[in-house]
Amino acid sequence: MRVNFTVNGRPQEADDVWEGESLLYVLRERLGLPGSKNACEQGECGSCTVRLDGVPVCACLVAAGQVEGRAVDTVEGLADYAGRRSAGGRAGTARGTDIDEARRWQARPPGARTAELSPVQQAFIDAGAVQCGFCTPGLLVAADELLERNAEPSDADIREALSGNLCRCTGYEKILDAVRLAAARADRAEEAV
Amino acid sequence: MDFLRPASWEEALAAKAEHPTAVPIAGGTDVMVEINFDHRRPEYLLDLNRIGELYEWEVGERDVRLGAAVPYTRIMDHLRAELPGLALASHTVGSPQIRNRGSVGGNLGAASPAGDAHPALLAAGADVEAVSVRGTRLIPVEEFYTGVKRNALEPDELIRAVRIRKADGPQAFSKVGTRNAMVIAVCAFGLALHPGTRTVRTGIGSAAPTPVRARAAEDFLQAALAEGGFWDSGRIITPSVARQFAELAAGACNPIDDVRGSAEYRRHAVAVMARRTLGWTWDAYRGNERSASCA
Amino acid sequence: MSVTRTPTSLTQGSRTKGGIGESTLRPDGTLKVTGEFAYASDLWHEDMLWGFTLRSPYAHARIVSVDIAEALATAGVETVMTYADLPAETRYGLEIKDTPVLADGVVRCHGEPVALVAADHPETARRAAAKIKVEYAELPVVVDEESATGPGAPLLHPGRSDHHAGHVPHPNIVHRQPIVRGDVAAAKARADVVVSGDYEVGMQDQAFLGPESGLAVPAEDGGVDLYIATQWLHADLGQLAPVLGLPEDKVRMTLSGVGGAFGGREDLSMQAHACLLALRTGKPVKIVYNRFESFFGHVHRHPAKLHYEHGATKDGKLLYMTCRIVLDGGAYASSSPAVVGNAASLSVGPYVVDNVDIEAIALYTNNPPCGAMRGFGAVQACFAYEAQMDKLAAELGMDPVEFRRRNAMAQGAVMPTGQVVDSPAPVAELLRRVKAMPLPPERQWLSAGSPGGSVDVRALPGGLSNTTHGEGVVRGVGYAVGIKNVGFSEGFDDYSTARVRLEVVAGQPVAVVHTAMAEVGQGGVTVHAQIARTELGVSQVSIQPADTRVGSAGSTSASRQTYVTGGAVKHACEAVRARALELGRAKFGTYHPAWARAELLLEGGKVVTDGGEVLADLVDVLGDEAVDIELEWRHRPTQAFDLVTGQGFGHVQYSFAAHRAVVEVDTELGLVKVVELACAQDVGKALNPQSVVGQIQGGTTQGLGLAVMEEIVVSEDGRVRNPSFTDYLIPTILDTPTIPVDVLELADDHAPYGLRGVGEAPTLSSTPAVVSAIRAATGLALNRVPVRPEHLTGT
Repeated sequence: MRVNFTVNGRPQEADDVWEGESLLYVLRERLGLPGSKNACEQGECGSCTVRLDGVPVCACLVAAGQVEGRAVDTVEGLADYAGRRSAGGRAGTARGTDIDEARRWQARPPGARTAELSPVQQAFIDAGAVQCGFCTPGLLVAADELLERNAEPSDADIREALSGNLCRCTGYEKILDAVRLAAARADRAEEAV
Repeated sequence: MDFLRPASWEEALAAKAEHPTAVPIAGGTDVMVEINFDHRRPEYLLDLNRIGELYEWEVGERDVRLGAAVPYTRIMDHLRAELPGLALASHTVGSPQIRNRGSVGGNLGAASPAGDAHPALLAAGADVEAVSVRGTRLIPVEEFYTGVKRNALEPDELIRAVRIRKADGPQAFSKVGTRNAMVIAVCAFGLALHPGTRTVRTGIGSAAPTPVRARAAEDFLQAALAEGGFWDSGRIITPSVARQFAELAAGACNPIDDVRGSAEYRRHAVAVMARRTLGWTWDAYRGNERSASCA
Repeated sequence: MSVTRTPTSLTQGSRTKGGIGESTLRPDGTLKVTGEFAYASDLWHEDMLWGFTLRSPYAHARIVSVDIAEALATAGVETVMTYADLPAETRYGLEIKDTPVLADGVVRCHGEPVALVAADHPETARRAAAKIKVEYAELPVVVDEESATGPGAPLLHPGRSDHHAGHVPHPNIVHRQPIVRGDVAAAKARADVVVSGDYEVGMQDQAFLGPESGLAVPAEDGGVDLYIATQWLHADLGQLAPVLGLPEDKVRMTLSGVGGAFGGREDLSMQAHACLLALRTGKPVKIVYNRFESFFGHVHRHPAKLHYEHGATKDGKLLYMTCRIVLDGGAYASSSPAVVGNAASLSVGPYVVDNVDIEAIALYTNNPPCGAMRGFGAVQACFAYEAQMDKLAAELGMDPVEFRRRNAMAQGAVMPTGQVVDSPAPVAELLRRVKAMPLPPERQWLSAGSPGGSVDVRALPGGLSNTTHGEGVVRGVGYAVGIKNVGFSEGFDDYSTARVRLEVVAGQPVAVVHTAMAEVGQGGVTVHAQIARTELGVSQVSIQPADTRVGSAGSTSASRQTYVTGGAVKHACEAVRARALELGRAKFGTYHPAWARAELLLEGGKVVTDGGEVLADLVDVLGDEAVDIELEWRHRPTQAFDLVTGQGFGHVQYSFAAHRAVVEVDTELGLVKVVELACAQDVGKALNPQSVVGQIQGGTTQGLGLAVMEEIVVSEDGRVRNPSFTDYLIPTILDTPTIPVDVLELADDHAPYGLRGVGEAPTLSSTPAVVSAIRAATGLALNRVPVRPEHLTGT
C-alpha cells in the first residue's frame, strides 16, 4: 500500500508498504531516516520515540497505515522543531507546514554540519549523557517534549517522563544532568530576554 | 494482509461485518507487538485511528461514556475526579509513550488477565458497549472476560465505548511488578467504595485466567461495615476485618506460576494490596466525612 | 555500487582543545544526537537483501531432516542455506572451535542457528523461514553439574581435542582451575569462627540496546566487505575467514556504530551468516536481529553456584578460605576457560588470606551458551565473598566495614596465585570514602511542605504501581568492595596497534589516529583524541573509522582499551613526535642551539623547549611531509596459572571499587527501591573525568539490575522462557538511584599515564552492596541474585 504523511515538516510518500510494517520500519528503511532506533520493537525501550501529531509515541507500535495524512517528527528534525517552537510559540499539535517552509527543509549533508542543535541535544552532549547513543534519539524526543510542557521539572518529573526510555550505558545520572542543564539554560535564556 | 482504513464508525462496523477475522487496531500497543514478533498475521488490520468519536468521552449523570480508543494519558489528565481508580490504573500502564496510545478499548479487546484497566473497571462497575451492524448491546464488564485472552465479543462486533460508573466514593488501584516503572502486572488489585449504596467492589488482575471480582471479600466487607455501623461512624476499620477482607481477596485468586511470579506470591500480594487499598480508601472516606461534617 | 551510509571519520577541531585529564566532549556526540550516526542496523545498500536465521526450538535434538524446497520457491527469496551449503570450515570459537556456523545434524541449545534465508524484504524472509521443514528428534538434556557429569551423561562434544580436554575431570567440563596456597587445615584449626554458605547467581544478559546487525557486501575480487557492530574486529576476522574459505585479506571489516556491547559482542553472531549469504547471492545482505533473536544471538553471563567457607580469628583476621565455583557455560565454550581463570584467581576478593583452597569449573550443558559479560567471572565471586564478609562480621559482632578494613589488601599484598600486587590497592580507603559520604534523607516520599500529607509514590518501592504509601517500608544500608583484573590475562599476547599520522592540512597541523579499536560507547575515540593532543600538541585530531586495514587493537573488553589501545596511541604519537623533531632538527637545527636538546615538546602547534621557548611552528617543520607511523604496543607479559596449584603472575593490573547501597524495602510485598548507590573507585588517572564517572555509574546500574531484577530464566528442558524486554527487565530511570561517585587517582606506574581500567570494577561491588542492604532491611539470608519478591516474602 501507499502511505502519505508529513515527516519533520516535509511531505513524504512511501510506496509498496507491507500492511504489517511499522512506522519505524518506514522511517528507517524507506525514508532514509534511521535516527529512530530499533532496540526492542515492543514498546519496552523508547528508542524509537517520535512525535505523532505532537504526541510522543513508540514508532515501532504505530502501523504504517495509521499515519496516513498525519505529522511525524523524529530526532532528525528535532533542531528544526525546537527552532520553530522558539520562533512561533508551540510547535506542538497538528500544525500545518507552509509550502515555503517545506521547500527550505533539507537533510543536512554530512560534513556540512555546523552543529545546529536544539538546546536539549546540546545539553546531552555537554553533560556526557551520550555513550553508545542508541537510546539517545528516543530520549531526546521524550526530554524535549517534557521541557515543552514543563519548563522546570523536578527530578521526579524527569524520571517519570523518561521512564519509558531504557538506557544501558549511563546509569541515567548524566541524562538527568542533561535535562536539568537544558532546563536551566532555557531559564537563563528567558531571563536574558 | 490487508489494511482497512474506515473513515467513520459505520464504515468500521461494515468492514468488521464483512471481514469478521479483521483485527481492530487503535493504539497498536498490543497488536503491533504481535506482528513485529511474528506471533500473529491477521488477514486484515482494521484501523480505528480515523474514527473521532472513539477518542471522545461524555460525562453523564451516572456514567462516563469513555470512547474505546481514548488514550490512558487523557484519562489521567481529564477524568481523575470521575474515574479515580481507572486514572490510577492508567498511570501504571507501560510507559508515557504507551499511555499516549493505549486505551481501555484495547485492554478489553486483548482481554489479557494482566491488562491494567480491568481491576479498575470491575471495581467501579462498567458496561462494555459492543456494537455491530446488527445493533448495540451492553455487556457488564464482569461478564466480558470469558477466558485467557478471550472476551464476549461476537466476531462482527467492535467496542464503541465503555460506560463506567462515576465514582461516588474513594477508589484505589495498586499493582505489583518487579520494576518501578514500565512493567507488566505480576498481579493487581482495584477497590472502590460506593457509599451511596453502601457497597464495595473489587477487581483482581493477573491472578486468575481472567480478571475477577473478589465477591466473597466484597460481601464480607459490606456486611462487616454495615453491622459495625462504620459507614455512619466513620471509625477506623478494625484490623481483623481488614485482615479477613484481605484473606478473602487472596482466596478469589486462581493464579499460576510463571516467569513473572509464583502463584503463592500472587495470592500473598493480592492480600497485601487488598488490605492497603482498603486502608487508603477508608481513610479518604473518613477524611471526606469529617470535612463534610465540619462544613 | 556504493554504500550510502557508512562510518564517518570523526574530526574534532579547535572547539575542544583538551588533552588528557580534561572532560572533553565526544567526537561522535553531534552525530549521535542528530540521529546521523550510522549504527550497524542503519546501513543500507542498493539491491540489498535481508537475511534471516531459522533457529532451533529445542535445547538438544538430532536433526532428522531439513526440507528447504518450499522456502526456496517463495517469491522474493534469493537463497536458503543449511549446513550442507557451507563452503569451508564449519565451526568457529574464541578459544575452542566448537560452535557450528549452522547446526551440523545436532542442535545443542535453544535458538541454535539451523538455516539461513536471504530475501527482498524481512517479512518475505521470515515467511520463507517458516516454510523450512525441519524434523527434530529430541535428545536428553544436561542442565547442571549433576546431570552433566553424572554417570551416563550425554556428552556435548564427544572426542574433544582442545587444549583443556586433557586436564578436565569430565568431558562436559570445559576447564577447571584449582588454586592452592598455604595450609588450610592448619589455619582451620586456629580459627575462632567458621562461616560457610552456598550462593547462586542467575544468568544475566548484556541487554545492549542496539541488536546484533551488520551488512555484508560482496566484492568484485571474490572477497567481501563487512560493516559490523562488534567488540574486536580482528578476532572476528580470524574466525570468519576460514568459515568463508577466504584469505584474511579478502575479508575486509569496518566497524559500524555499536549500540553497546558489555561482552555480548565478543563472539560472532551474524557475521558469518551475512557474509555467506552475500557471497552466495552476489548481493549485499543485511541482517538485523530483533530483541527476541538477540537473546539467542549472543552469550550471557555465566550463572554460577558457589560454595564458600571462611575461618577467622575472634579479632577479625581472616585465616583461610575454601571455595568451589561452578559456572554453567552452556552448549559452547565461548570464553568460559578465561572466565574460570578469573573466577578462581579473584575468588578471595580484595582481601589478604594466606591459606586458600579454590576450585572453579565451567560446565558444558544444553543451556544457552555463556561467555563474556562485564565483570567476567569476578562478578559471581564477588557476590559470594561479600556475603561471606557480612556473615563473618555478624558472627564476630563487628561492623562490616571495619571487618573488611582489617583484612583489606594493600600494595604489596600477595594474591592467592602468588602474584604480588605491585601498584596501589587502596581497598580500605575506598571503603572509608563510601562510608563517609552523607546518607540520603529518610522518607523522601513525603513531599516537602505537606507533612504527613501527600505521598510521592515515585520515591517508594513499587514506584508508579502505587503499592505502598510507606506501609511495610524498611530502610537498609549495605557495603561491598571488589577486585577486577584489567586486560587479558594468563599469558595472552595482549597487544594493540595504532597508526598515527601528523601532517599539515589547510595550514594547520592535524593528527590522524587510526586503530581497529571498537568504540562501543565507552568513549575510546574521545580519549584517543585527547592523547594525540597531549602528545603532539595539535588541536585538530581526526579519528579514522576502525577497520582491519590497520593491525589488531584487541578486544573492547576486560577494561583494557584505554590502557592498551590508549597505550598504543600514546606510543605511536611519541614515535611520530620523535620523527617530527628529527625533521625539525634537519631543517632548523642550525638556527638555535636548543634543537640539540633531547627534551623538546610539541605544544600549541609549535616545537618548544621544556622551558617554554618556541623553536618553530609545526607547520614549518612538517611542510609538505607527513609523518605516518603504525606500531604495536604491549603491556608487560603475564603467565598462565599452573594447572595444579594455580600459581602464576596471571594478571597485568587490578582495579578496585567500593559501594554503599541504601535501599528501602517493602517488606510485605518484597519490592525494593534502591535509594542511593554511592561508589568510590581508584582509576589511577582519569583521562576524561566525565567519561570515567559515566562508566562507573553505568556499571553500577548493571550491578543493580543483577541484584534485583535481571535474569534469563531457563526451563528444565533448557529453553529460554523470557527472551523479551517485557520479561527480561533492566532498570529504568525510576529504578536507578542517585549514584554519587568519588574518584581516587593513585597512579599505577606500569600503565600509560598511570591509568587503571575503569569499566568493570563498579559492576562487581554494586550487586552485593544492594543485597547486603536488603539483608539489613529484612534480616533474610538472601543467597541468590536476582533477589525476587518471592525470596523476600517467603512465597
